[in-house]
Amino acid sequence: MPRTIEFRLSGSGGQGLILAGVILADAAIREGKNAVQAQSYGPEARGGASKAEVIISDGEIDYPKVVLPDVVLAMSQDAADKYAGKVKKGGLLIVDNTYVKNVPPTPARVYGFPISRLAREKVGKELVANIVALGMLAGLTGAVSRQTLEQALLSRIPRGTESLNLKALELGFEMAKTFSVKVPA
Amino acid sequence: MSDVVEMARLMQGNEAVVEGALAAGVRFFAGYPITPSTEIAELMAERLPGLGGKFIQMEDEIASMAAVIGASLAGVKALTATSGPGFSLKQENIGYAAMAEIPCVIVNVQRWGPSTGIPTAPAQGDVMQARWGTHGDHPVIVLCPASVREAYMLAIRAVNLSEKYRVPVILLMDEVIGHMRERVILPRAGEVEVIERKKPAVEPKDYYPYRPGDDGVPPMANFGDGYRYHVTGLVHDEKGNPTTDPQVAENLILRLHRKIYDHLDDVITVEGYQLEDAEVVVVAYGAVARSAKRAVKDARAAGIKAGLFRPVTIWPFPEKEVAELARQARAVIVAEMNLGQLKGEVERAVQGRVRVTGVNRLNGELITFDEILSAIKEVTTDAQSG
Repeated sequence: MPRTIEFRLSGSGGQGLILAGVILADAAIREGKNAVQAQSYGPEARGGASKAEVIISDGEIDYPKVVLPDVVLAMSQDAADKYAGKVKKGGLLIVDNTYVKNVPPTPARVYGFPISRLAREKVGKELVANIVALGMLAGLTGAVSRQTLEQALLSRIPRGTESLNLKALELGFEMAKTFSVKVPA
Repeated sequence: MSDVVEMARLMQGNEAVVEGALAAGVRFFAGYPITPSTEIAELMAERLPGLGGKFIQMEDEIASMAAVIGASLAGVKALTATSGPGFSLKQENIGYAAMAEIPCVIVNVQRWGPSTGIPTAPAQGDVMQARWGTHGDHPVIVLCPASVREAYMLAIRAVNLSEKYRVPVILLMDEVIGHMRERVILPRAGEVEVIERKKPAVEPKDYYPYRPGDDGVPPMANFGDGYRYHVTGLVHDEKGNPTTDPQVAENLILRLHRKIYDHLDDVITVEGYQLEDAEVVVVAYGAVARSAKRAVKDARAAGIKAGLFRPVTIWPFPEKEVAELARQARAVIVAEMNLGQLKGEVERAVQGRVRVTGVNRLNGELITFDEILSAIKEVTTDAQSG
């Protein structure tokens, strides 16, 4: 069976989760893997909620939607409430505890980081919380390498924001280093 | 890094349509942006000026279709993109293009309808509208991609077929394929065939704008090149002048029909997956074909001889190819995001020789592989017990 990892990145509109998903998929392709990034606008995505899905696989990706993610990122309480329960058993739930105060019951292992607060305090702009999160996702799962993620990042951000974004990515990888997990378990 | 990896890119379906159209030589776009097709207009606006082309955002969809027709008559390959509500508005002028034989491509990224429906939700409810949306027995070609790369290739093919047969071609997408991003490796420039419309080989004074060649298609002069002729939606003679002569009228409509239906081998493409020994055949197109392919793989893993038949050209409908399926299959399943629009065509083609079951979903979400797999298992059990 080909190795496949499914990601769901969720939070509020404006947190840059779709961009984060696109960069993640782009990085996977730079490594010769297959990747699909799909928007999903279910009725649950109404209001300020935003969700991006990414599938990375060594094999062919037929069905383009995430079925049951291995990794969920929740950057708002709403997102945590909606998606914490929908993760593979033994999968990974990463919550931004700047905003997620209560983690609902989940079959996943939970890692809480103050992603948005750290982006604000250590990088200087909360705007790049999505890129901090991306660094953490990659660092924790090993789904893509840091080198290709940097290349993908630089190809998808506005000119003049390179150092800010690279700093955010580095912070994410640093935070991930404090843990050692393998996904899928 | 290998060459292949270097050539691989992450691309969105709508973006692929733009790149394909440009590779085929499209240099004019007129449109009125509408979800989920908007990225096509956005990217055309960005890309066309640099290539010496023109982008116009018109006041509405009717006018954009008219502008596309005008540009094409002047000799420029032209395309517009829309979704259901806009596609409805364009129908009158699509009929005009069919009647006056003006090459053009209309991209319809389908969303849930009728009316404004759900702008961001995928559906396949425009299958019959794509065939019969404008009135009269008009010819039309409709192509339906199931991947981002195929969106690119079929955009090229749509332009080519429209130029070759002087017919409106509809690239019938759905929200899933339009919005998803996936890995693509596109052909290099020069590796794709680009077809130009046939030009008159005679002096302007000897030009009959609607006198067909052996292929049923009249050579087409650019408006402004000195070939003065009349273009009308009325029944017209070979000079292009209106007439109500019954014989001319019948000959015209039959020729418009035959120029497509005499070339079905060129116009129709289909894809088969695991069909050789398939006892259960799933027919699916667009994004649903991806769910169906996964369902077929899962069915095979469970020991069921399933296969996938995917019409790439959905109009003209691949009747002969579907009829062929009925010779070996014990059951046919048609999975589509509507209430059975293509299922009716499948039933017509198999003529009752095999049971046809529908898997339909209209809640604005892509049909899952599990739903199709359940249907495969159900018809397998029925076939065994029956």
